[in-house]
Amino acid sequence: MSLANALKKAGRFLLAGLPTTAKKTYLALILIFMYAPIIILIVFSFNASKSRANWGGFTLSWYVELAKDPTILKALYNTLTIAALSSAIAVVIGTTAAVGIDAMRGFMKKAALAITNIPVINPDIVTGVSLMVLFIYVLKFIPGLKLGYFTLLLSHVAFNTSYVILSVMPRLRRMDPNLYEAALDLGASPAQGFLKVILPEIAPGVFTGAMLAFTMSLDDFVVSFFTTGSGVSNLSILIYSMARRGVNPKINALSAIMFMAVLILLYLVNLSDSSKAKKAREMGIRNS
Amino acid sequence: MAGKDSVLARKRMAIPFLAWAFIFIVVPIALVVYYSLCIEVDGVMVFSLANYARAFEPIYLKVLWRSVRLALASTAACIIVGYPVAYIMASKEYAQKNLLLFLFLVPMWMNFLLRTYSWLTILENNGLINTFLAFIGLPKMSLLYNSQAVILGMVYNFLPFMILPIHTSLSKMDKSLIEAAEDLGADSRQVFLRLVLPLSMPGVISGITMVFLPAVTTFIISDLLGGAQFMLIGNLIEQQFLKVSNWNFGAAVSVILMILIIASVGIFSIVDKDSDEGALF
Repeated sequence: MSLANALKKAGRFLLAGLPTTAKKTYLALILIFMYAPIIILIVFSFNASKSRANWGGFTLSWYVELAKDPTILKALYNTLTIAALSSAIAVVIGTTAAVGIDAMRGFMKKAALAITNIPVINPDIVTGVSLMVLFIYVLKFIPGLKLGYFTLLLSHVAFNTSYVILSVMPRLRRMDPNLYEAALDLGASPAQGFLKVILPEIAPGVFTGAMLAFTMSLDDFVVSFFTTGSGVSNLSILIYSMARRGVNPKINALSAIMFMAVLILLYLVNLSDSSKAKKAREMGIRNS
Repeated sequence: MAGKDSVLARKRMAIPFLAWAFIFIVVPIALVVYYSLCIEVDGVMVFSLANYARAFEPIYLKVLWRSVRLALASTAACIIVGYPVAYIMASKEYAQKNLLLFLFLVPMWMNFLLRTYSWLTILENNGLINTFLAFIGLPKMSLLYNSQAVILGMVYNFLPFMILPIHTSLSKMDKSLIEAAEDLGADSRQVFLRLVLPLSMPGVISGITMVFLPAVTTFIISDLLGGAQFMLIGNLIEQQFLKVSNWNFGAAVSVILMILIIASVGIFSIVDKDSDEGALF
């Protein structure tokens, strides 16, 4: 008997007598709740009338305006470059840090892990204001430097690094520590030992951490909101300031594009995953 | 000796991060604590507990209580709506189970602000619902800028965070336990209440953490769907830092929020341990 069947039996009381259609209807209703707002958003991005009350005919003019809007294009550029740069820096600092913390024992290890966990547990808004206070405090002594792109980048690295460390640590724990020792005994330098022995073993964790850091940075609003200066926005900040002034069809067009981008990205990731799995299966067959 | 050297070499690799973390994690929080314990008198910082005393004035206690209440209400709503979803998905062998799970995941990848904004377009006075009401001849309703709209926004944004951990713990469950319970004469009601539900508690607990924490600290949902007058603890912090520039009071509220979060994480982890033990016996 499969788990699903067992659970089905177990759950008979909860949905007693309810036909499968009832369960399906419930799932469908929740999915409608999840997707209706997004679909409505996308549909109205093609509405020629600026009002939501009536349908003024099909148009692509909001997309055209979007593509011509220099602030939106600049915000898109900032979002993507900060996500790429901050996750790259976080991967370097975070991976080396994970290797170091893994070698620690006792109080040192506990303290290092506690500090790593702070940005994850701390509310975004507290992370945001605390970094803002730091930047304003320090920048007072450095004339010519202002809140902006650079402080935004530093803040993103500040919270991203923890996610990389937390993704790499489990991989390191599973690794045989003797491998590294053996490499050093056979004459490898610590740097060679790291690059040729440790890194290949933990690569999947590093990759997960990089992806996590990249998406966290892409999606971040709160920390960015507090640590950026006037004139420098990412997409989230821009959407916020536009949305506060009320409904704006340009945001609808932007959401439609972002939603499609997410779908395509997820589809590609899924595709590469399943082709990898297929390859793995073929290898397994060949080996056996 | 080589072993000792290599361990030392490895430990050294954490130095850049520790230096970084000191500057960008430890110092900023220390600064916030410092500001919270000071007031500015004639441009000079003086030690004072006045900020904390002010935070416990009735008007601010009300804000704190409203934040906790709304976050609890949305967490409860997420459990009530989300548990059956996770349960049905885990119990039923749908032909495209992975696709179904994927469908619940996709909205999480959508920008958080856009998800909130989408409700603005539905609930506003000229929005979809009111247009429909006018169309069938009913009076318009004021759907936006109240606590219900804020709770709706929270549930909409955080529901996947409740469904996924519950689904994970339900799918990982050892099926032989259920068979054993049935062989020993438990009816399906007993199996659910005394076996499935307790075993899924770790998922429920992590769902609660993942919904309650962002809900209690949000200031976007309350700002967009609750209106400018709607004040949660996150809005209070934002207002003090960015609008009225009273860093000292804002810092005190931030410290209180931090303590609230650490306390709830602590409570959840204790409850989690208990449920783990309880689940086995």
